[in-house]
Amino acid sequence: MDSLSFTVERGSFFSILGPSGCGKTTLLRMIAGFIAPDEGDIAIGGKSMRGVAPNRRPVNMVFQQLALFPMMSVAENVAFGLARRGMGRTERLRRSAAMLERVGLAGASAKRVDELSGGQRQRVAIARSLVLDPTLLLLDEPLGALDLKLREHMKIELKQLQAAFGTTFVYITHDQSEALVLSDHVGVMNQGRFEQLGSPQDLYYRPQTPFVAGFVGANNRVVGRATRRDGAMTEIATTDGWMLRALQHGTLAVGGAAEVFVRPEIATLARSAAELPPGQPAHAGEVQSVLFDGANSAVLLQESATRREFRIALPQTGQFSELKPHEKIMFSFDPARAVCFPARAGAAGQDG
Amino acid sequence: MANTENASRWHARLALGLLLAPALIWLMALVILPHVDLAILSFRERVAPRHYAASLAQYKTFFDEPLYWHVFVRTAVMSVIATMLTLVLAFPIAWIIAKLAQGRAGSLLFIVCLIPFWVSETVRTLGWMILLRESGVLPSLLVKLGLADMPPELLYRDATILVGLVYTSLLFMVVPLVSALESLDNSLIEAAYDLGANGLTVLRKIVIPHAAPGITAGCIVVFMLTLGNYLTPTLLGGKNSQWFTEQIYTQFITRFNWEQGAAFGFLLLALSTALVVLGLKISGQQFGDVMRRT
Repeated sequence: MDSLSFTVERGSFFSILGPSGCGKTTLLRMIAGFIAPDEGDIAIGGKSMRGVAPNRRPVNMVFQQLALFPMMSVAENVAFGLARRGMGRTERLRRSAAMLERVGLAGASAKRVDELSGGQRQRVAIARSLVLDPTLLLLDEPLGALDLKLREHMKIELKQLQAAFGTTFVYITHDQSEALVLSDHVGVMNQGRFEQLGSPQDLYYRPQTPFVAGFVGANNRVVGRATRRDGAMTEIATTDGWMLRALQHGTLAVGGAAEVFVRPEIATLARSAAELPPGQPAHAGEVQSVLFDGANSAVLLQESATRREFRIALPQTGQFSELKPHEKIMFSFDPARAVCFPARAGAAGQDG
Repeated sequence: MANTENASRWHARLALGLLLAPALIWLMALVILPHVDLAILSFRERVAPRHYAASLAQYKTFFDEPLYWHVFVRTAVMSVIATMLTLVLAFPIAWIIAKLAQGRAGSLLFIVCLIPFWVSETVRTLGWMILLRESGVLPSLLVKLGLADMPPELLYRDATILVGLVYTSLLFMVVPLVSALESLDNSLIEAAYDLGANGLTVLRKIVIPHAAPGITAGCIVVFMLTLGNYLTPTLLGGKNSQWFTEQIYTQFITRFNWEQGAAFGFLLLALSTALVVLGLKISGQQFGDVMRRT
């Protein structure tokens, strides 16, 4: 892991988003105290955690595989941490029952862990931590093991739980949709450092690095060279001669290699150039395939001159849903909503 | 239809029977038959040459003669102590093999535990005698270091018998413990730690409950091996060993009193069964569940 620094606001939902192997689990385990940072410090509630063992930190963790204790009942699982604080048995059971009720598992106290469904176990794991009233709750991809439907459901439930308890959540995930839906703030992590810290909207609409633009949400990426600057806008030409305009980020000199990102939903389709929004540069394409997925439907086309692949979201009105492969079509996008960056080392030449 | 179905079912049964046959023959010929014979032997008494009558005399002798049941109780107590010592010694070894050693180091440690078993038990025990006898390696070392004036006799003591028994049994405890501990998810330990538990609580609340079937299995195996051991107590304990198997040997071979020997054999069987059942009761384990772990 590289050096990094960040602050999480009390009571907020903070996500660390990154591909597997980017160091996000390592970071979480450092906060929990299982790994000591080589240098630097972690402070929780203003107190330094240097040399404080995991069992003495005001932090609790929900593990990826949940790690519920199979040798104990649900109530005993939830009461485990309270017992470690020396709380009496009646008070312990009262609090664990109250906590189980708050997470919607009122009758489950006496059940064994393996009698619960995936979603119920999830709630027990969270209840087991929250009953200790931690300053910080760490969640290590807890939804990863669930199937899609349940994951969508638990996403909403997690957000509601966090709002209800007001505990600070630090959540790590490789799933950008989880991070965007759940979080107040997200840190996008890559190769042991933060690429960008910001609100989900910032990351989506105002990515600061090409990695963030490519990782958060769907994006068309085109690599070329900057040919002309025009205020905040830059004109980029690919090696095979396709010209695009985009808003520029970073110090991009004329002649330098550049990466352009165009979101599928900012582009407009039309049968003829005249129907395109005025003022936007027109591009021609040929339909390759239609990817129907309800509200997320898109068309995959090839730019006519260069045969480069380009993805455009289909309008929600159902218009263009009847497109056939090899049909000719016009498209355009607002250059002010597309972004370009100086190309990363090793990124030049390859499109994706 | 029904006919072919019946026939195929009959075939399946025949195949199963044939597959089980060697094991069943083994059980019948070498376990059940001798025991039935021994049971009959133990319940009879010689009234005249070549003349026997049914009687409980053999069992009565056991209870009338203090030496016999004294040896009996002593064997049981020593076996329980040896089992507990083996458990205490094997647990850290198993923990290191299952949780701390990475990759090849784990298998290497396992092999180190196994290596003594490449040598026959007799030779191993004689090795202990060479080390411990009055003129042996350890007593002369103690004199050289100035810890003793005269080379002490380390053989023929209860402690020596225990050392020998624990040494012989260690592997049989380590194996079930390693498999029990390997199946323990490390995140459970971390979760307990994260929720505020210290090392002792993690051991008491998470590790031991999880490993309980393995611990029980290891204890049963070691206890039975120890209780029925003949060589180690006899060689390391000499005349002082007073091990019950020695009494059985004496009755059968020296006294040629097979009836008495058979009765002792059954008393030993009853003792081991009773103590295993008691152990299972105390630890709250099921016999079937435990045996699956061994």
